Amino acid sequence: MIAIVDYGVGNLFSLAASLRHLGLESTVTGDADAIARAERIILPGVGAFGDAITKLRATGLVPTLDRAVAGGTPLLGICLGMQLLFEKSGEYGDWAGLSYLAGYVAPLAGDIPPALKVPQMGWNALEILDEKEPLLKYTRPGEHVYYVHSYYVKGCENSLKAGSRYGVFVPGVVRAGNVWGAQFHPEKSGTAGLAMLKAFGEGVG
Amino acid sequence: MITKRIIPCLDIRGGRVVKGRNFEGVRDVDSPVALAQYYNTQGADELVFYDITASAEGRGLFTDVLTGVAREVFIPLTVGGNINSVDDFERVLGCGADKVSVNTGAVRTPSLIEAAARKYGNQCVVLSMDIKRVDGQFRVFAKGGREDTGIDALEWARRGAESGAGELVVNSIDTDGVRDGFDLEMLAAICERVRVPVIASGGAGRMEHFKALFQTLPGVDAGLAASIFHYKEVGIPALKKYLRAQGIEMRIGGEPYGPEI
Repeated sequence: MIAIVDYGVGNLFSLAASLRHLGLESTVTGDADAIARAERIILPGVGAFGDAITKLRATGLVPTLDRAVAGGTPLLGICLGMQLLFEKSGEYGDWAGLSYLAGYVAPLAGDIPPALKVPQMGWNALEILDEKEPLLKYTRPGEHVYYVHSYYVKGCENSLKAGSRYGVFVPGVVRAGNVWGAQFHPEKSGTAGLAMLKAFGEGVG
Repeated sequence: MITKRIIPCLDIRGGRVVKGRNFEGVRDVDSPVALAQYYNTQGADELVFYDITASAEGRGLFTDVLTGVAREVFIPLTVGGNINSVDDFERVLGCGADKVSVNTGAVRTPSLIEAAARKYGNQCVVLSMDIKRVDGQFRVFAKGGREDTGIDALEWARRGAESGAGELVVNSIDTDGVRDGFDLEMLAAICERVRVPVIASGGAGRMEHFKALFQTLPGVDAGLAASIFHYKEVGIPALKKYLRAQGIEMRIGGEPYGPEI
């Protein structure tokens, strides 16, 4: 059973539908016991970092997630859900993240040429840096994935597995131990994205 | 680098796909779910569904169609038509839409863009504009292109982006259905005024029109069309291969790889 953490942020329809399409059992839940029992956890998220981390902390689920991560349960953060896994963000203020991964969240604007639009919205080719990364076992280098984001992760060299070029090298897939992150939306990235969700659901690591 | 996007548009009425020429003389084309799956395997980068029903019953059929598509097709889905309130955003987002496009609803209630952007984020709000030349001015038309609002389109585009629209669809009524190419003059004028992604619509008849669009106007992010795709006059795989050969970044997607999914 995969628990999709419901903390009032974003649209979980497509994520749940994509797992169902793959024949993977999942539940959209904000219940601590259900999350603690889950074999795998997905942390979704869209919108602003501060709003999302505030809502997540307000649910009281953070200690449950901390224990699950410490206990070895595979956790996948998607889009803003990936950014929450890092130490901090400067999006509209200074916010502390979950600190499962080393690195911080910074705006694309200023780091990329002004001709490039913010948010990065669309399909970008994924360059794979670690061919042994199990989440990418069904993914070919150069396959396109769908990004929608104005901020990106910096200082994550230790966990960087794949990424895309958008004026800078944007981390696309990160992983340390049993914690994974995807900056793009696998549930909106066609067969390329479904292949990653399948790999996650089958058991990675 | 980020690719240019190719987007088929599906007009939906009574739960079926239709396409008019110059918005009139609508003809039935195909089943929405079947057509969406077909486009997904062909490598469409995104799908736009436009609800052109007027009745409440039609609206229910439309959300059923949307749910059916979102359960089977895992690429970005944009929904438009009959979007007049934040409640309408809620209704279609709950059925699996990723982006919602407002047109006449934003003309009637300009504050809708800001209200929706605040609640769902700019990336979720698309301002769709039907534009026609009137007395040497680009003018916004409402109600499916039937009503001249008197609004200056360039100013409307700028204000829309400023209010929180994360993307613009620019549909030229002057070139729609004519199949002689996109309205490059109109699109250039819009691109000069906004920094958000711009989707060009209206006028595609041949593959060369997409090449001219992307090579002439680097500020345009996507090309949208309906009938040339529905009637298979232009195939998306062939179009993308052609554009890639011209040096335009394209996602070649849809081909099976890895496990059966």
